[in-house]
Amino acid sequence: FYLTPPQVNSILKANEYSFKVPEFDGKNVSSVLGFDSNQLPANAPIEDRRSAATCLQTRGMLLGVFDGHAGCACAQAVSERLFYYIAVSLLPHETLLEIENAVESGRALLPILQWHKHPNDYFSKEASKLYFNSLRTYWQELIDLNSGETTDVKEALINAFKRLDNDISLEAQVGDPNSFLNYLVLRVAFSGATACVAHVDGVDLHVANTGDSRAMLGVQEEDGSWSAVNLSYDHNAQNEHEVERVKMEHPKSEEKSLVKQDRLLGLLMPFRAFGDVKFKWSIELQKRVVESGPDQLNDNEYTKFIPPNYHTPPYLTAEPEVIHHKLRPQDKFLVLATDGLWETMHRQDVARIVGEYLTGVHHQQPIAVGGYKVTLGQMHGLLTERRARISSVFEDQNAATHLIRHAVGNNEFGAVDHERLSKMLSLPEELARMYRDDITIIVVQFNSHVVGACQSEQ
Amino acid sequence: GAGMFLRLQSSMRWRPTHPPRWSAWTCCRRSATSATEPHPIPLPAQAQVVICGGGITGTSVAYHLSKLGWKDIVLLEQGRLAAGTTRFCAGIVSAARPVAIELKMADYSNRLYEQLEQETGVTTGYMKTGSISLAQTQDRLISLKRIASSLNVMGIPCEIITPKQVAQLHPLINIHDLVGAMHVPGDALVSSPDVSLALATAASRNGRRFSLHLQNPLLHDRCLISRKEYIFLHEWAYELGLSGEEHVSIPVHACEHFYLLTYPLKEPLASSIPTIVDPDGRIYIRNWQGGILSGGFEKNPKPLFTEGRNQLEIQNLQEDWDHFEPLLSALLRRMPDLEALQIMQLVNCPETFTPDMRCIMGESPAVRGYFVLAGMNSAGISYGGGAGKYLAEWMVNGYPSENVWPLDLKRFGSLQSSRTFLRHRVMEVMPLICDLKVPRWDFQTGRQLRTSPLYDRLDAQGARWMEKHGFERVKYFVPPGKDLLDLDQSKTFYKPDWFDIVGSEVKCCKEAVCVIDMSSFTKFEISSTGDQALASLQYLFSNDLDVPVGHVVHTGMLNEQGGYENDCSVARLSKRSFFMISPTDQQVHCWSWLKNHLPSDSNLTMEDVTWKYTALNLIGPRAVDVLSELSYAPITPDHFPSLFCKEMSVGYANGIRVMSITHTGEPGFMLYIPIEYALHVYNEVMNMGQKYGIRNAGYYALRSLRIEKFFAFWGQDLDAFTTPMECGREFQVKLEKGMEFIGQEALLEQKQHGVYKRFTMFILEDHDTDMDLWPWWGEPIFRNGRYVGKTTSSAYSYTLERHVCLGFVQHFHEKTGEELVVTTDFINQGEYEIDIAGQRFQAKAKLYPFSSLFTQRRRKDEVELSGYQRE
Repeated sequence: FYLTPPQVNSILKANEYSFKVPEFDGKNVSSVLGFDSNQLPANAPIEDRRSAATCLQTRGMLLGVFDGHAGCACAQAVSERLFYYIAVSLLPHETLLEIENAVESGRALLPILQWHKHPNDYFSKEASKLYFNSLRTYWQELIDLNSGETTDVKEALINAFKRLDNDISLEAQVGDPNSFLNYLVLRVAFSGATACVAHVDGVDLHVANTGDSRAMLGVQEEDGSWSAVNLSYDHNAQNEHEVERVKMEHPKSEEKSLVKQDRLLGLLMPFRAFGDVKFKWSIELQKRVVESGPDQLNDNEYTKFIPPNYHTPPYLTAEPEVIHHKLRPQDKFLVLATDGLWETMHRQDVARIVGEYLTGVHHQQPIAVGGYKVTLGQMHGLLTERRARISSVFEDQNAATHLIRHAVGNNEFGAVDHERLSKMLSLPEELARMYRDDITIIVVQFNSHVVGACQSEQ
Repeated sequence: GAGMFLRLQSSMRWRPTHPPRWSAWTCCRRSATSATEPHPIPLPAQAQVVICGGGITGTSVAYHLSKLGWKDIVLLEQGRLAAGTTRFCAGIVSAARPVAIELKMADYSNRLYEQLEQETGVTTGYMKTGSISLAQTQDRLISLKRIASSLNVMGIPCEIITPKQVAQLHPLINIHDLVGAMHVPGDALVSSPDVSLALATAASRNGRRFSLHLQNPLLHDRCLISRKEYIFLHEWAYELGLSGEEHVSIPVHACEHFYLLTYPLKEPLASSIPTIVDPDGRIYIRNWQGGILSGGFEKNPKPLFTEGRNQLEIQNLQEDWDHFEPLLSALLRRMPDLEALQIMQLVNCPETFTPDMRCIMGESPAVRGYFVLAGMNSAGISYGGGAGKYLAEWMVNGYPSENVWPLDLKRFGSLQSSRTFLRHRVMEVMPLICDLKVPRWDFQTGRQLRTSPLYDRLDAQGARWMEKHGFERVKYFVPPGKDLLDLDQSKTFYKPDWFDIVGSEVKCCKEAVCVIDMSSFTKFEISSTGDQALASLQYLFSNDLDVPVGHVVHTGMLNEQGGYENDCSVARLSKRSFFMISPTDQQVHCWSWLKNHLPSDSNLTMEDVTWKYTALNLIGPRAVDVLSELSYAPITPDHFPSLFCKEMSVGYANGIRVMSITHTGEPGFMLYIPIEYALHVYNEVMNMGQKYGIRNAGYYALRSLRIEKFFAFWGQDLDAFTTPMECGREFQVKLEKGMEFIGQEALLEQKQHGVYKRFTMFILEDHDTDMDLWPWWGEPIFRNGRYVGKTTSSAYSYTLERHVCLGFVQHFHEKTGEELVVTTDFINQGEYEIDIAGQRFQAKAKLYPFSSLFTQRRRKDEVELSGYQRE
């Protein structure tokens, strides 16, 4: 049994979303042309989330991918809330005051974010009041703290990440009289999520990363070829600095038990994450919250289970590492993706596939025989492979979809093999997770002309 | 010139197999306009003829001009001799061409090249390898069989063979997907630059003053040489045409063309191995120094130089392997053993193409003495010899020895010279070289250029369209709810899917009344202040035009040989003005003929009013009822006999020119309507016609009607080599009236001594319309088992329920093959067969139409019984 190409396409395209920045938005020219995003589930339901929004009270655009684990509750909450925390962190004092006064006097609030959402990307209605109150508390504190200094983006990102994680933790400790909400905040806190968020404002690109999702810049070299520049560090066992950091934060006695089988405490793959209070709270706090919590929580073996060798919490933080990059005209696009993509594809291939897709097929390096000894058969093989690559480009209107098609369907030649693609997509739910992970991708395309102009202005 | 010629010879000695690299030492190449730089050899102050372009066609024209006795020839070439496409071209000489005149040119070229080495002593690389055209489908085999039929009757050996025989002739071919093939053993390979050199060498020996100049003709100031004639032959013909003081439209456009060269096989191919043409795979494969040379005509050609460029870029075109991939796949599928063969080069050599896949030759209608030969559609080597001969004859004798109307530059007008049109059209033409060409195929690009004001109305009623000279014309109307096969599937050599649709349109024409929009016809008005118009037209036309005002005359416009340059109907509007209706594609040719033959008299005016009138043909026995109700005028045969013309009102519209002719022999009227009234008159006719059962009809119905009535039409049945005597139209010639006209002497001669061919109608006897292949045109005619001629058109007659073919019968002496006079007895006393793709069908020959078909005689003496029609 095989899926037909149209069936394959309908699966691949179910979650695709594209946003083109309007050329004339009346304010300023954006360095972002637009973005394509898409998700392919392996878990049921999918545990990845994505967000994209334009900041309305400051400049810039926010884009992020969130990879949940132990359920999707935390990733969902982070995808709804994090950008508000970032936006608020970036707001000048006057704007914060204006917003607070509006809320105080019941006037209409200035819109802070304009979301760019796929219909499947939902917000929880029930929790909005709770979330809003936490956010309001945050900005009230910011107003009180008024330092008078202009907001540094890097600092704002770090503060927002930490504050949101703190709020998630607090909300779970405090609980909510509404039983549904009470259960929700606990699920959010006991599940976890990584986050990789980009903030683009003119030529200033900041990437804040917590966990093992990744941001990669696609750079077109002078000869037209494509190369990849990492804009984030993976927070996992493969990252020596990260292992070092974790070891520094805990007594020497725990050195051996901290990282086992490439996992934190032998359990968790990412070394930084939102939620996951099981790696943050003390044992007493965990026990108290679980016991006083609803029955569903008590019946859950995972939440009751205390990690082994759990001596000096917290073991986990949501604090991001932030990388600042000044965009150059040769920086053509940014790929944000969860580890589902990076497990299957090398970043160099990602750069090439997206680059060729965005610039069109004709930029494929022409073949010249020159002085080489090439037989007709060899040439034929090479050309067939190139054609397969080209024809797969034409099927997709979305760079993220195109990338997923390659990630799932690539054969050993780096060409999309329909048979393989069909097999991978028709795996039953229970098997799918064994062959692949959830994949979430955002491809942001930059406007080289604007970038060039900004650059020369500075 | 002598110095140049010496160099030509010495460079040949250095590198006998390569074109000499003259560009290396010629300093004037791109600086011809600069007076300060000296030319190595000054251009002569005058010459009999200046030829621009030193490729195969240029040298071939020079060769044939010198053979015909012209001595004073200057050849200009911007690069080096045999540069441009000639330098790169694949060098295949093949007679396997579907169009008769192209087949003749190729056959002649082959014979010319074969003896060229002996004549000149220059090696030409001529090798008679033969060619095999493969068929992967039955339809392809049918088209090959049709070509084989015409080759055989021309005496060119040719055979349809089985896949197994293919394998015996060529060891490398995979035959598993083949259904058959055509083997032409006489086809050959040449080295094209060497052939050009040989032709130039011979030309310079014959012509005492032959000189060659390396100079960009585009930059060349024409005043340098006062000359009698110019010839332009070039991939740059379009640009050259625009470079002069007076623009000459030459509709050609280049596309990139790729072929592959390999190193020799381990066991090098024998030099006698036949060339393979695999049209279904879109490729050709020939031996090249023990390896192969293989190229093709891809589905997605890359048009080139749409903006106009210079010669330099031809040398810098890049190889494009990705583009070549489908052709490489086809090659490896055809010859799987070649996988291990090592690539030498992928050559990108542009070819020029024309809007209708036929090359362009002849004199410009705009500038006299400006001759063109261009647009070889990648068959420059096959056609070069023959085309050069015809053009040389044209220049020396005034007309070539064969009918070259299908190639005549004047078949095009400026309307085909839009760069966008050319770009789009050649992208269709290049793949078409390999596509299967079924009867009545139409071009799909460059459409809807000229349309009648009724176009949208007719389209909404189910019209299906074809195109002639840029004008959209209705083929037939698909009734609502009726589904026809889509384009690809309806391509057939058998009974087409519109058979019943056209049948019912024909029936309606016979029994009620139909409307056919025939606005595409070329319409001229010629008038004068005195009687100059009548006097000059009487000399130009073969029939007597001095008829009462309001009469319509069918007449030929003949050349000195009595052949039809045009066939038209002329209405005498007043004493001093005439309205002339000619076939659609006569617009340029007829205008130029009249311009060249009418006296330059300011009192004589001629106007092309084609665009001013919409023409509706009201055909059928009830046409008279419809028209009389709309005009409140008596239209009975007494008041309005056949072949009359009256201005009258139709509905609210006044001044409609109504003529009692239908071009089919059926009763009815042509309405020439000023275009602003077209929609009104059409609506009125359709509304009024309802009660008489009126319906729309198209040209397919018209053709069926006119062919069953034995009406010939110009461009298909009639051409410049056909006289009225040969097609039974003596009654349309004023031989007895003692008036002088062009062609009179030739006709008198024929009247006295008889004709050598005779237009004849054939009714197929044992042909099964449902099961058998349909005739088209160009089918050989056999009399008592011997070849006597070819058909020129055919149609199914719904009245006779038989196929009718029209064609010319000749009489060849049984032993010598000499042409003898064709008598009525000769026609009547034969047993005839028509050969359709190798299968022969019995046919009954007739010299006169079935009188039973003319039941509705309207005027005893002057029925439209004339063998007159056009399309």
